[in-house]
Amino acid sequence: MPTRAAPRSPLPGLGLSLGTTLLFVTLIVLLPLAGLAWQLAQLSLADYLRVMGDRRVLAALRVTITAAAAATLVNGLGGLLLAWVIARYRFAGRQVLDALVDLPFALPTSVAGIALVALYAEDGWIGSLLAPFGMAPAYTWYGIVIAMAFTSLPFAVRAIQPLIEELDPAQEQAARTLGASDTQIFAQVILPNLMPGILTGTGLSFVRSLGEFGALIFIAGNLPFKTEITSLLIMIRLDEFDYPAAAAIAGTLLGLSLILLVAINVLQTRLYRRFERGS
Amino acid sequence: MTRALHPRQRLLILAALAFVLLMIVAPVAAILSRAFGEGLATWWAAISDPETLHAIWLTVLTALIVLPVNVVFGVAAAWAIARFRFPGRRALLILIELPFAISPVIAGLCFLLVYGAYGPVGEPLMNQGIQLMFNLTGIVLVSLFVTCPFVMREVLPVLQVTGEDEELAALTLGANGWQIFRFVTFPNILWPLLHGAILATARAMGEFGAVSVVSGAVRGQTMTLPLQVELLYNDYNTTGAFAAATVLTALALVTLVLRGAVAAMHPDAGGRT
Repeated sequence: MPTRAAPRSPLPGLGLSLGTTLLFVTLIVLLPLAGLAWQLAQLSLADYLRVMGDRRVLAALRVTITAAAAATLVNGLGGLLLAWVIARYRFAGRQVLDALVDLPFALPTSVAGIALVALYAEDGWIGSLLAPFGMAPAYTWYGIVIAMAFTSLPFAVRAIQPLIEELDPAQEQAARTLGASDTQIFAQVILPNLMPGILTGTGLSFVRSLGEFGALIFIAGNLPFKTEITSLLIMIRLDEFDYPAAAAIAGTLLGLSLILLVAINVLQTRLYRRFERGS
Repeated sequence: MTRALHPRQRLLILAALAFVLLMIVAPVAAILSRAFGEGLATWWAAISDPETLHAIWLTVLTALIVLPVNVVFGVAAAWAIARFRFPGRRALLILIELPFAISPVIAGLCFLLVYGAYGPVGEPLMNQGIQLMFNLTGIVLVSLFVTCPFVMREVLPVLQVTGEDEELAALTLGANGWQIFRFVTFPNILWPLLHGAILATARAMGEFGAVSVVSGAVRGQTMTLPLQVELLYNDYNTTGAFAAATVLTALALVTLVLRGAVAAMHPDAGGRT
């Protein structure tokens, strides 16, 4: 963050702008988060362990985390491909492709959910092709993966794309002059430079997948122990007015997400520093 | 500008197109095909169902309330953070960005815990006869939560880049705060502000998880359009659900076109989210 403003700026408006900001942030962000913390603090460790140790909760966590990992893998590869093609090649329809990447963010998740079911159920366009092999994705574990990949794809593309645009072609040419093959150039020159972006993109994609709800509940089938995701379980506990249990599950998921985000940030800073020193 | 493409480059482009076709275009095509498959008249009948119309109205109303609040807050926060140094400035920045990292269902739960009938804020208000959750207020509050970073994160970088020299010059010439903002700052941040506002409004209209926690799910009353889609779908009224979904899909496409237009008219505005 550049420190442009003098320590005591003569510009007016500090009181008004900061006051407005603090009032809003307190009511809309701080108080609700404090509410979750407060609810968690009232839980004894034994209660917390009882909620989290429940076999159904553990199963939901396992389903959510493994599916998010699989979706992140799809997005890492697909995102790298899309970012590369959009940033590097000029072809008819490139701008449309570029704009379409953001569609999953713009499309409400419940709409995405029913669209994916329509597509992947046994009578859907793609599902009907797979159904003869018993592989229609709707209401299965990999239906969850598809929905997670859909909603978080833009993260992967948008984190990698600017780094590809900034790559210095001279490095690749130098490697080529030195006799490196295309594969070597990609693995040893291009990929390391893109690592910070890939890491951020896949990390954000994973965190988003952990918390996704709307797109998933339609396609998941929501079978306890099999295709029930954590966010749905939180909703179920809420409907039962079991707020402490909902808070325990939510707090765990939130804690996991925040730890991941901090880890991504730290790793990314280190990677950038290494490359700046290296070049 | 275009060199002849290498066969391997063509292959990569084809692979990318196939991936987008399968992942993004096909779902949208599926919505349209299911919604219009039985003809325009059926689609129109589904849209003009009173419950669906009410859901559309509630969604628009929410966006109309959330938009100005977001603009005022976003600009105020960006101004305070860009132009002044105060203790806790970085923490404030992190706090504003936090909603992006929090799952919407968890966000909704947080609001219930504080503003709900048994929460530390909700309970005393409830005794006064003021209910915050399971109505429009609740929907607006969580919508503000999920959209709060958009405007600030578009405006802040521009304020930081433009610096304060022009504003200081205006100050020396005797302009007051509002005049500085109106004539110097505002023209600089107009495009990014617009960009952020478009994204925030789109998100407010499309939010599902957080709203479904606090809406109370009263038919024809607290159902926003994304919730109505789920309700109709669970009622096995698939045509109705997909018809309602076309309205939201159209909104999403309009959003993409609008932000594309803003980015084209003013390249600096396009921070990507």
